[in-house]
Amino acid sequence: MFDNWEDKYQYVIDMGKDLHALPEELKTDDRLIKGCQSRVWLQSDLKDGKVIYSADSDAIITKGLVALMIRVLSGQAPDDIMTADMHFVDRIGLKEHLSPTRANGLLSMIKQMKLDAVALKTKLSS
Amino acid sequence: MLNINHVRQQFPILTETVNGKPLVYFDNGATTQKPQRVIDAIVHYYTHQNSNIHRGVHALSRTATDAYELGRTAVQQFIGAKHAHEIIFTKGTTDSINLVANSFSRAFLKTGDEIIVSEMEHHSNFLPWQNLRDEKGIVLKVIPLTATQDLDIEAYKKLLSDKTRLVAVTQVSNTLGVINPVKEIIAEAKKYGAKVLLDGAQAVPHMKVDMQELDADFYAFSMHKVYGPTGMGVLYAKEELLQAMPPYQYGGGIIKSVTIGTSEWADLPNKFEAGTPNIEAGPATKAAIDFVNEIGIEAIAKHEHELLIYATKQLQAIQETEIYGNTANKAGVISFNIKKVHPFDTGTLLDQMGIAVRTGHHCTQPLMHCLGIPGTVRASFAVYNTIEEVDAFITGVKKAVKMLL
Repeated sequence: MFDNWEDKYQYVIDMGKDLHALPEELKTDDRLIKGCQSRVWLQSDLKDGKVIYSADSDAIITKGLVALMIRVLSGQAPDDIMTADMHFVDRIGLKEHLSPTRANGLLSMIKQMKLDAVALKTKLSS
Repeated sequence: MLNINHVRQQFPILTETVNGKPLVYFDNGATTQKPQRVIDAIVHYYTHQNSNIHRGVHALSRTATDAYELGRTAVQQFIGAKHAHEIIFTKGTTDSINLVANSFSRAFLKTGDEIIVSEMEHHSNFLPWQNLRDEKGIVLKVIPLTATQDLDIEAYKKLLSDKTRLVAVTQVSNTLGVINPVKEIIAEAKKYGAKVLLDGAQAVPHMKVDMQELDADFYAFSMHKVYGPTGMGVLYAKEELLQAMPPYQYGGGIIKSVTIGTSEWADLPNKFEAGTPNIEAGPATKAAIDFVNEIGIEAIAKHEHELLIYATKQLQAIQETEIYGNTANKAGVISFNIKKVHPFDTGTLLDQMGIAVRTGHHCTQPLMHCLGIPGTVRASFAVYNTIEEVDAFITGVKKAVKMLL
């Protein structure tokens, strides 16, 4: 998909820059995703049966990665998010970020987004 | 004059490529690479000498013991200790400091006694003392930093008192590279009869360290930061202190005799070395010290200083960067950020260019709080690094600036 690493990372960086910042009052510890070297805050809301994600990070590459995840997952039904195949990350050449040893915690982000979807689904059916 | 090609040829890993680019290894503060002779010493040990030490009558056990003890003698001579038995082998600097926190405190500390550390300590020279504060009611005092990130020596003098039992400070900051005036720190502590522990993990690789000249009571470092093997730490301590301190861990090898009722401890250093140690690290340690001695620690220091000065000048010329630790007296480390950019971003892009740096808080969170930043990018140098590598690093930083800002 990308010819070289510069284009790939520039794309992720630009995604990060374009993502709406979370309001400061939402950057709370209970919204922090564990397992990232930089801080990532995730806010998940339910709207008309779909999950709407918003997020922020103090590192721009991390923010770009979470923006990428939001683009794919936000606006979908909880069930679809829970079963979503995230291997597209591999296909677009960001596979290295999926390793559990990576400090940026892309895996942790995906896990938290899916967990939030589960929680919101419970809310939906109750 | 250092023959850099000859030095580099001894490190097989330096021919590796990362992300298709030649490896530029600037994470030497975390661990240095190993010359062939250190790798060979480990292979030779397991090929020809492997046996347990200090207890066998058979020839192989004697060979292994001799090889291990040659490591101890090499360390003794390298740091100028009076006796080989003042060198205790541990797992690493962290283990060495924990040994002191445990054994020294049981022998000498009571509730209300005071320990002084500094704001720039690595967590391994902070947490053991913080724990003593919480568990034993020790009063923990912290030396603050000046605006140039030096230790505030005037403030330190005011912290000292008749209740001060131990001053535990780093000789060189792992995060900033700042060299602390440890001789003055020791002299001041002695006025109050306090003992001094120096964390030498970032000093020993970069400068001549002599126990007689320093007159520290405890000195801790790791061989893996001095071209040697991992799992080999050193605790130097004065003989009379080691005699007075109880064992740290209890187990095989530390006794003269054991009955159900009581036990008598072995002589130094065995009293502090329970269990089977990292035996192959003994001969590998000797090989590492031979390597350093062959080049000369002064020549290594001079070479690294040239790299540091050159890199600092180049980095200062990039307006978007900010350097931390702006004192003249530094060893082997340059810590910086691209302004308004998280260190993780800079490190990630440098990695794409084959440049290995450390990012984060470097296990010095109190220091990061003091500087008001989440972390830094740290480039740290070793004898095998070159001016050309610094150029590649600077080009990398410029590229990162362009991509991130």
